[in-house]
Formats: sequence, structure tokens, C-alpha cells
Amino acid sequence: MRTLTVKGIRIDDTFAEAFGMRATAVIITADTARWARQAAITMTGFATSVIGCGCEAGIDRPLDARATPDGRPGVRVLLFAISTSELQKQLSARVAQCVLTSPGSACYAGLAGEESLRLGNALRYFGDGWQISKRFGGTHHWRIPVMDGEFVCDATTGLTKRAVGGGNLLIMGRSAQATLAAAEAAARAIEKVADAIAPFPGGIVRSGSKVGSKYKGVIASTNDAYSPTLKGAVKTALDADIASVLEIVIDGLTSQAVADAMRAGIAAIVKLGPKRGAVRIGAGNYGGKLGPHHYHLKDLLP
Amino acid sequence: MTPLVLTLHQRPAQRLDLSPLVPHLLAGKSAMAIAQIELQTTRMRVTVGDAFRLRMGDAQHIRFEGACDRLDRVGAGLSAGEIEVAGDVGIQAGRLMTGGRLMIRGSAGHWTASGMKGGAIEITGSAGDYVGGPLAGEVAGMRGGLVIVRGNVGAQAADRLRRGMIIVEGDAGEYAGSRMIAGTLIIRRKAGALPGYLMKRGTIVLGEGALSPTFADCGVHRLVAMRLVAGYLKPYSKPVSALLRGPLRRFAGDMAVLGNGEIFFGNES
Repeated sequence: MRTLTVKGIRIDDTFAEAFGMRATAVIITADTARWARQAAITMTGFATSVIGCGCEAGIDRPLDARATPDGRPGVRVLLFAISTSELQKQLSARVAQCVLTSPGSACYAGLAGEESLRLGNALRYFGDGWQISKRFGGTHHWRIPVMDGEFVCDATTGLTKRAVGGGNLLIMGRSAQATLAAAEAAARAIEKVADAIAPFPGGIVRSGSKVGSKYKGVIASTNDAYSPTLKGAVKTALDADIASVLEIVIDGLTSQAVADAMRAGIAAIVKLGPKRGAVRIGAGNYGGKLGPHHYHLKDLLP
Repeated sequence: MTPLVLTLHQRPAQRLDLSPLVPHLLAGKSAMAIAQIELQTTRMRVTVGDAFRLRMGDAQHIRFEGACDRLDRVGAGLSAGEIEVAGDVGIQAGRLMTGGRLMIRGSAGHWTASGMKGGAIEITGSAGDYVGGPLAGEVAGMRGGLVIVRGNVGAQAADRLRRGMIIVEGDAGEYAGSRMIAGTLIIRRKAGALPGYLMKRGTIVLGEGALSPTFADCGVHRLVAMRLVAGYLKPYSKPVSALLRGPLRRFAGDMAVLGNGEIFFGNES
């Protein structure tokens, strides 16, 4: 593979291959920013990969009190799934178990999509007949009495079918510590990009996978080509100086958001430099035949 | 875009029905055709040309000048565009409106916004009885849209309200929110006897007033839902928005019927 070097960091001449997904967004507010964030963290827990969690979810960004419908501090959460029905199932379950239950919370539509998903329309039955419907200013809210007052929830939220999941960066370094420093810098930069999330723990995944396995019924297994401890035993993708690899996976409401997030991530890694951070950046793909979205690293350089 | 202006010559000898004078019915009509539209409510024929001086303009924006309380059904059936009135109007202003904006710089008669479905009405003066209410024989009153009355309203405001919002910055007469099916009525100052009489569902907010014993005290709360309404109403009425942001005492009722309604009292400390 030909490589390009930017400020001492080798950039693979390759691309990230990503897939079309269904996505939605909600805005969670609470009396304090801490509790809005807590509800969002709980709701987006165990949502790292559609393979095992049903959806991929994360915090898009915190919202100032002036930017939320009820004038309280809030957080915007994005959810991605492979089908509309699975997205609906995950949204209803997560809002019911994690947001409705969180002290002082309220939940609003975070996306004006071409189609809609049920939000309060699914949750209102918790009110057991005491729920109150309010329509004004073009929105429909449900008020559900709960033990600390009322849970206010928009009836629906938007759905987009133009979302993209699976944008990624492979960050390679000379030590685990340096690689993590680069990955953290990239994850922090991606956090600031609107309409995109990195769903893995802290935005970072260390167990990148390949499709298939030697064992029957296992659909994904360890990415041996990028595992440094197997460097001599398998057809490795790693150079002699690489001791650790971390990946950042990115989901975005639009293809542009994924590209912007990847660009921001690369810029942050390059800024940190090869001495303290990564020495090489790559990306994962399946040969380009599976996913319709290709993000070439050479197009995303700072 | 110059508005189409209709200036009343003098107080008419009979009540006039102005419901034909809405943008979607005047669009594309010539001055001559408009002048020939009949407005009488008795056997004496009165046309637009007889009663008004007409200055042509874009029919999407109609202005009545020198209006008086004998002009009934102003803006009835309005679906889009804007009607502005300088002066008072008679009964049923904005009845069955579905969209657009009706601005009355004066006072309105009974059944203002009767059966309204959408759009917005603002009245700088006061309004009569049955704001938003149904006519005899109709099952439901107003079912969408926003009405703002800067002055007072008469009896049975929001009678059989089904959806939408009625805001009164002044006082209300007796039986405000009577028989409400749902929707929101806000009276910034004082309501007369028995507000929320036989209301099933819906929300009433009062500055002050005395309730029937069929309303049950549910304590003082600061609800997120009220912050949302306050935010929505801020561009329309700052004092009402401020009232909703304070702590509110909630009463559930009317327990004489379904009892899923609520009356909030502002100015609780």
C-alpha cells in the first residue's frame, strides 16, 4: 500500500467503508446539566454496536438552556439502527427505561425528519389514564404524572433514512500509551462535530473486528491483521514499529457529518504529532463492495 | 404589497354579514366585482359598494377601517392571509377560521372565534360571551388555533373548547371554560363565578377566582409543561408568560363530570 506522510504521520492510501442507516435524535433536558447528561449517558449505555446492542447511540452535544424547548439545560442524543422497526424498538425502550426514570427529565424531538417515530405516543400509557395531551405551536406534547412531578415528552421525533454508520479511523502508534493519547485527541475533536457520534466507550474501540470466524455461527471475530501480538503469525497489516492499534467508529446523520468527523479526528491526531501520539492512520473497509459510502483518507487531510 | 382597504362610510342601518370578504373569496376579483358582493342580513339589499369605500390592493391582506359593532362574521372562514380591522366588530368574528391572522384593533361581540380550527386572532379591546364557543346545536367549540384578547371577555369563554388556546389578559365573566373538552384557557386577572364549570379535560390558568367545591386541591407546582406554554406565548403576551413561569396551585376537576381537567392559580408564593 502506498502511504502519504503528513507531519511525520503515515496516512494509508485507503478508505473507510460505511453503510446507510436509520437514525433519530432526541433532546433530553433536566433541572441541571448534570442530570440531563446523566439521563443521556444512561440512555446511550450498551449501545456501541448494532451487532450486539440493537442500536448505536451517543451524545451529539450538550445544549445551553437557551437552545432547548423548555429553557433548561439539555443534551442531544443520536440513535442509529439498521431498520426503522429496530430503531423504534430501541428508542421506546431506552426512553422508557432511562429517560422517563431520570429525576426531573423531559424528552423532545431532536430531529425534523421526513418521517417520524413514536416517542410520547408510545410512552403515554404509563400515565394510566392521567396523561395529558397538549398541542400548540405545531408540536404535540404528552404530560405524564410521575413521582417528582410530570414527565413531558414530545409525541413523536423525526427519522432520517440518510444516516451513515461505520465511518472509521485506525490509529496506530509505537506504544499503547501514545496510541491512546492520539485516539483520545481524535475522540475529543469528533465530539465537537455536529450530527455525528462515536458510539464506543469514550469514542474508542480496541477490539476492531473482521467479518466471519473459523467457528460456526460467529459472525464477527478479532481483526488479526491489526493485532500487534499476532504480527509474525498472520498476514499482518502492521509495520514493525506499530505496537498498538485503536479504532474510532463514527455514525452521522448525514454522509457529510461522517466526513467532517473523520476530518476533525485526523486533524487532531496530526496536531498531536508522532512523538506523543500516533505514527500511522489507516481505515477499515471490506474491499468497497459492501458499503455505498467511501471516505478516502487522502481527501480528509488537514 | 398594498392591502385591500375597505372604509365604512357610516354605521349601517342593519347588521351586515362580512363573511364573503376573506382573502380566498376575493382573490382575483376586480374592484367592480367586489363592490357588487351582497352583505345584507335583512331584505334590504346592501352591497360592499353601498357600505364601504374600496381601495384595491392585494386581497391576501384586507383592512377594514372605521368598523363598528354591526359588522358581523368578520374573517369567518379565513384560511390564509391577514385581515386587520380598525374599530369594533359584531358577533362571530373569525368563526370557523382555519388559518391566517385576524387582528381586531377594537372590541368584538359574542361568539368570537366560534368553532375556530386554526390560525390566530388578536383583539386589542374586549370580547363578548362564548369566545371560541359552539353555536346552538354544535357539539364542540374551538378546536385549534390561538386567540388573544387584551381586554376582558364575557361569560362562558372557551365553552366546549376542544383544542387550541385562548388567552385573556384581563378578566373573564362567569363560567369561564364551561364544559371544556380539552385545550387551554388562560385568564391573567380574575374569573367570574364557577370557572371550569363541568369541564371534562383541558387546562385553565387563572390569576384569581373562586372555584366550585367539585375541584380538588393538588398542591403548588412548577411544571415543565407550563414553561413550554410560557415560552410559546412569550412573543404574544409577556405578562401571561410571566404568570405561567411562577409557581402554580393545581386543582383537578370538574369532579361533577369526568374530572380530568385542571385549573391552575397563578401568583402563588
